[in-house]
Amino acid sequence: MFAALSDGSRRTMVDRLSRGPATVKQLAEPLTMSLPAVLQHLRVLEESGLVRSEKAGRVRTCRLEPAALQQAEQWIADRRAGWTARLDRLETLLEEGES
Amino acid sequence: MTNRTAIHDTFRIDRHFGAAPERVFTAFADPDAKAKWFGSPAGKKEDEAFDFREGGRESVVSVFDDGTRFGFYATYTDIVPGERIVYTYEMTMNGERISVSVVTVEVRAGAAGGTDFAVTEQGVYLDGLDNSAQRRQGTEALMDALATSL
Repeated sequence: MFAALSDGSRRTMVDRLSRGPATVKQLAEPLTMSLPAVLQHLRVLEESGLVRSEKAGRVRTCRLEPAALQQAEQWIADRRAGWTARLDRLETLLEEGES
Repeated sequence: MTNRTAIHDTFRIDRHFGAAPERVFTAFADPDAKAKWFGSPAGKKEDEAFDFREGGRESVVSVFDDGTRFGFYATYTDIVPGERIVYTYEMTMNGERISVSVVTVEVRAGAAGGTDFAVTEQGVYLDGLDNSAQRRQGTEALMDALATSL
Protein backbone atom coordinates (compact mmCIF):
# COMPACT_ATOMS: atom_id res chain seq x y z
CA MET A 1 0.00 0.00 0.00
CA PHE A 2 2.84 2.38 0.82
CA ALA A 3 4.40 1.65 -2.57
CA ALA A 4 1.17 2.72 -4.22
CA LEU A 5 1.37 5.98 -2.30
CA SER A 6 5.07 6.56 -2.87
CA ASP A 7 4.29 8.77 -5.86
CA GLY A 8 3.19 12.40 -5.51
CA SER A 9 0.61 12.18 -8.30
CA ARG A 10 -0.97 9.10 -6.76
CA ARG A 11 -1.08 10.80 -3.37
CA THR A 12 -2.86 13.74 -5.01
CA MET A 13 -5.37 11.31 -6.51
CA VAL A 14 -5.97 9.55 -3.19
CA ASP A 15 -6.27 12.87 -1.43
CA ARG A 16 -8.97 13.91 -3.91
CA LEU A 17 -10.78 10.58 -3.49
CA SER A 18 -10.64 10.89 0.29
CA ARG A 19 -13.16 13.72 -0.13
CA GLY A 20 -15.54 11.61 -2.19
CA PRO A 21 -15.83 9.63 -5.45
CA ALA A 22 -14.48 11.26 -8.61
CA THR A 23 -14.33 10.61 -12.33
CA VAL A 24 -11.01 9.97 -14.04
CA LYS A 25 -11.35 13.41 -15.64
CA GLN A 26 -11.77 15.03 -12.23
CA LEU A 27 -8.77 13.12 -10.91
CA ALA A 28 -6.67 14.28 -13.83
CA GLU A 29 -7.58 17.97 -13.47
CA PRO A 30 -5.01 19.01 -10.85
CA LEU A 31 -2.28 16.87 -12.45
CA THR A 32 -0.10 18.01 -15.30
CA MET A 33 0.00 14.70 -17.16
CA SER A 34 -1.68 12.85 -19.99
CA LEU A 35 -4.84 10.83 -19.47
CA PRO A 36 -3.03 7.52 -20.19
CA ALA A 37 -0.52 8.40 -17.48
CA VAL A 38 -3.38 9.08 -15.06
CA LEU A 39 -4.95 5.74 -15.96
CA GLN A 40 -1.65 4.01 -15.29
CA HIS A 41 -1.44 5.58 -11.83
CA LEU A 42 -5.05 4.57 -11.25
CA ARG A 43 -4.20 0.98 -12.09
CA VAL A 44 -1.41 0.95 -9.49
CA LEU A 45 -3.84 2.29 -6.89
CA GLU A 46 -6.44 -0.33 -7.83
CA GLU A 47 -3.90 -3.13 -7.62
CA SER A 48 -2.93 -1.97 -4.13
CA GLY A 49 -6.55 -2.34 -3.04
CA LEU A 50 -6.77 1.33 -2.07
CA VAL A 51 -9.03 2.40 -4.92
CA ARG A 52 -11.90 0.82 -6.83
CA SER A 53 -13.38 2.12 -10.11
CA GLU A 54 -16.52 1.40 -12.11
CA LYS A 55 -17.34 2.34 -15.67
CA ALA A 56 -20.84 3.52 -16.49
CA GLY A 57 -21.19 4.38 -20.15
CA ARG A 58 -18.14 6.46 -21.00
CA VAL A 59 -17.49 7.67 -17.49
CA ARG A 60 -15.22 5.82 -15.08
CA THR A 61 -15.88 6.71 -11.45
CA CYS A 62 -13.25 6.02 -8.79
CA ARG A 63 -13.67 5.68 -5.05
CA LEU A 64 -11.55 4.75 -2.07
CA GLU A 65 -11.99 1.34 -0.52
CA PRO A 66 -12.98 1.53 3.15
CA ALA A 67 -9.90 1.24 5.29
CA ALA A 68 -9.44 -2.01 7.14
CA LEU A 69 -8.30 -0.48 10.39
CA GLN A 70 -10.59 -0.28 13.37
CA GLN A 71 -12.25 3.04 14.00
CA ALA A 72 -10.49 3.96 17.22
CA GLU A 73 -7.13 2.80 15.94
CA GLN A 74 -7.60 5.08 12.99
CA TRP A 75 -8.33 8.07 15.16
CA ILE A 76 -5.30 7.42 17.33
CA ALA A 77 -3.06 6.90 14.31
CA ASP A 78 -4.50 10.07 12.83
CA ARG A 79 -3.86 12.08 15.97
CA ARG A 80 -0.27 10.95 16.14
CA ALA A 81 0.27 11.51 12.42
CA GLY A 82 -1.36 14.91 12.77
CA TRP A 83 1.22 15.92 15.35
CA THR A 84 4.04 14.58 13.22
CA ALA A 85 2.87 16.59 10.22
CA ARG A 86 2.37 19.71 12.36
CA LEU A 87 5.80 19.47 13.94
CA ASP A 88 7.32 19.06 10.47
CA ARG A 89 5.62 22.30 9.44
CA LEU A 90 6.79 24.00 12.65
CA GLU A 91 10.35 22.87 12.08
CA THR A 92 10.32 24.25 8.53
CA LEU A 93 8.92 27.52 9.81
CA LEU A 94 11.54 27.82 12.55
CA GLU A 95 14.33 27.12 10.11
CA GLU A 96 13.02 29.71 7.66
CA GLY A 97 12.98 32.26 10.45
CA GLU A 98 16.66 31.71 11.13
CA SER A 99 17.91 32.52 7.65
CA MET B 1 -27.02 3.17 15.54
CA THR B 2 -24.17 4.29 17.73
CA ASN B 3 -21.76 1.82 19.22
CA ARG B 4 -20.73 3.26 22.61
CA THR B 5 -17.11 2.61 23.37
CA ALA B 6 -14.28 4.48 25.08
CA ILE B 7 -10.73 3.67 24.01
CA HIS B 8 -7.79 5.19 25.90
CA ASP B 9 -4.41 5.93 24.48
CA THR B 10 -1.25 7.86 25.30
CA PHE B 11 1.47 8.83 22.90
CA ARG B 12 4.56 11.01 23.14
CA ILE B 13 6.57 12.58 20.33
CA ASP B 14 10.07 13.93 20.96
CA ARG B 15 11.77 16.38 18.64
CA HIS B 16 14.90 18.48 18.58
CA PHE B 17 14.63 21.91 16.98
CA GLY B 18 17.59 24.09 16.01
CA ALA B 19 15.68 27.19 17.16
CA ALA B 20 15.85 28.54 20.72
CA PRO B 21 13.17 27.47 23.25
CA GLU B 22 11.63 30.97 23.32
CA ARG B 23 10.91 30.79 19.61
CA VAL B 24 9.41 27.30 19.87
CA PHE B 25 7.22 28.45 22.76
CA THR B 26 6.14 31.53 20.81
CA ALA B 27 5.01 29.27 17.96
CA PHE B 28 2.37 27.97 20.41
CA ALA B 29 1.62 31.19 22.27
CA ASP B 30 1.27 33.67 19.41
CA PRO B 31 -1.90 33.31 17.31
CA ASP B 32 -0.27 34.47 14.05
CA ALA B 33 2.75 32.22 14.55
CA LYS B 34 0.57 29.25 15.49
CA ALA B 35 -1.75 29.72 12.53
CA LYS B 36 1.18 29.07 10.20
CA TRP B 37 1.71 25.48 11.26
CA PHE B 38 -0.88 24.10 13.68
CA GLY B 39 -4.13 23.94 11.77
CA SER B 40 -5.20 21.52 9.11
CA PRO B 41 -4.16 22.96 5.72
CA ALA B 42 -7.37 21.74 4.12
CA GLY B 43 -10.85 23.05 4.62
CA LYS B 44 -12.66 26.25 5.49
CA LYS B 45 -12.35 27.56 9.05
CA GLU B 46 -15.21 28.73 11.26
CA ASP B 47 -15.74 29.77 14.89
CA GLU B 48 -12.08 30.58 15.43
CA ALA B 49 -10.98 31.77 18.87
CA PHE B 50 -7.57 32.00 20.52
CA ASP B 51 -7.08 33.04 24.13
CA PHE B 52 -3.66 31.90 25.32
CA ARG B 53 -3.82 32.14 29.10
CA GLU B 54 -4.69 29.73 31.89
CA GLY B 55 -8.43 29.18 31.65
CA GLY B 56 -8.47 30.66 28.14
CA ARG B 57 -10.03 28.82 25.24
CA GLU B 58 -9.04 28.08 21.69
CA SER B 59 -11.41 26.79 19.04
CA VAL B 60 -11.71 26.19 15.34
CA VAL B 61 -14.19 24.27 13.22
CA SER B 62 -12.75 22.97 9.94
CA VAL B 63 -15.32 22.44 7.19
CA PHE B 64 -14.26 20.08 4.43
CA ASP B 65 -15.41 20.04 0.81
CA ASP B 66 -17.90 17.26 1.50
CA GLY B 67 -19.46 19.29 4.30
CA THR B 68 -17.93 17.30 7.17
CA ARG B 69 -17.26 19.59 10.14
CA PHE B 70 -14.43 18.87 12.56
CA GLY B 71 -14.48 20.95 15.74
CA PHE B 72 -11.44 21.57 17.97
CA TYR B 73 -12.20 23.07 21.40
CA ALA B 74 -9.31 23.55 23.80
CA THR B 75 -8.86 25.05 27.27
CA TYR B 76 -5.41 26.07 28.50
CA THR B 77 -4.87 24.65 31.95
CA ASP B 78 -1.22 25.29 32.80
CA ILE B 79 1.19 27.73 31.17
CA VAL B 80 4.81 28.17 32.25
CA PRO B 81 6.24 30.73 29.81
CA GLY B 82 9.09 29.34 27.75
CA GLU B 83 8.79 25.89 29.34
CA ARG B 84 5.44 24.15 29.45
CA ILE B 85 1.88 24.23 28.20
CA VAL B 86 -0.87 21.87 29.35
CA TYR B 87 -4.27 22.01 27.69
CA THR B 88 -7.33 19.85 27.34
CA TYR B 89 -9.26 19.63 24.14
CA GLU B 90 -12.21 17.88 22.62
CA MET B 91 -12.79 17.04 18.98
CA THR B 92 -16.19 16.84 17.40
CA MET B 93 -17.28 15.54 14.04
CA ASN B 94 -20.50 17.07 12.74
CA GLY B 95 -21.25 18.15 16.29
CA GLU B 96 -20.68 14.74 17.83
CA ARG B 97 -17.84 14.39 20.37
CA ILE B 98 -15.21 11.94 19.13
CA SER B 99 -12.38 12.45 21.63
CA VAL B 100 -11.25 14.27 24.75
CA SER B 101 -7.53 14.70 25.40
CA VAL B 102 -4.91 16.19 27.69
CA VAL B 103 -1.89 17.57 25.86
CA THR B 104 1.40 18.43 27.55
CA VAL B 105 3.94 20.44 25.56
CA GLU B 106 7.43 20.57 27.08
CA VAL B 107 10.14 22.87 25.81
CA ARG B 108 13.68 23.05 27.18
CA ALA B 109 17.12 24.17 26.05
CA GLY B 110 19.09 21.36 24.42
CA ALA B 111 22.46 20.37 25.87
CA ALA B 112 24.18 21.38 22.63
CA GLY B 113 21.89 24.33 21.81
CA GLY B 114 18.48 24.43 20.21
CA THR B 115 15.40 23.02 21.85
CA ASP B 116 14.48 19.61 23.20
CA PHE B 117 10.77 19.33 22.60
CA ALA B 118 8.17 16.79 23.65
CA VAL B 119 4.43 16.60 23.20
CA THR B 120 2.40 14.00 25.08
CA GLU B 121 -1.23 13.38 24.31
CA GLN B 122 -3.47 11.33 26.60
CA GLY B 123 -6.86 10.76 25.13
CA VAL B 124 -10.14 8.93 25.28
CA TYR B 125 -11.56 8.15 21.85
CA LEU B 126 -15.31 7.90 21.61
CA ASP B 127 -17.17 6.09 18.91
CA GLY B 128 -20.14 7.02 16.82
CA LEU B 129 -18.53 8.12 13.58
CA ASP B 130 -19.72 8.00 10.02
CA ASN B 131 -17.81 5.92 7.55
CA SER B 132 -16.73 8.48 4.98
CA ALA B 133 -15.04 10.69 7.52
CA GLN B 134 -13.38 7.69 9.11
CA ARG B 135 -12.01 6.70 5.79
CA ARG B 136 -10.68 10.13 5.05
CA GLN B 137 -8.97 10.36 8.41
CA GLY B 138 -7.43 6.95 7.97
CA THR B 139 -6.15 7.90 4.57
CA GLU B 140 -4.71 11.17 5.77
CA ALA B 141 -2.98 9.37 8.58
CA LEU B 142 -1.56 6.94 6.09
CA MET B 143 -0.30 9.68 3.85
CA ASP B 144 1.21 11.60 6.75
CA ALA B 145 2.93 8.47 7.92
CA LEU B 146 4.21 7.92 4.44
CA ALA B 147 5.45 11.48 4.03
CA THR B 148 7.31 11.10 7.31
CA SER B 149 8.87 7.80 6.32
CA LEU B 150 10.23 9.09 3.00
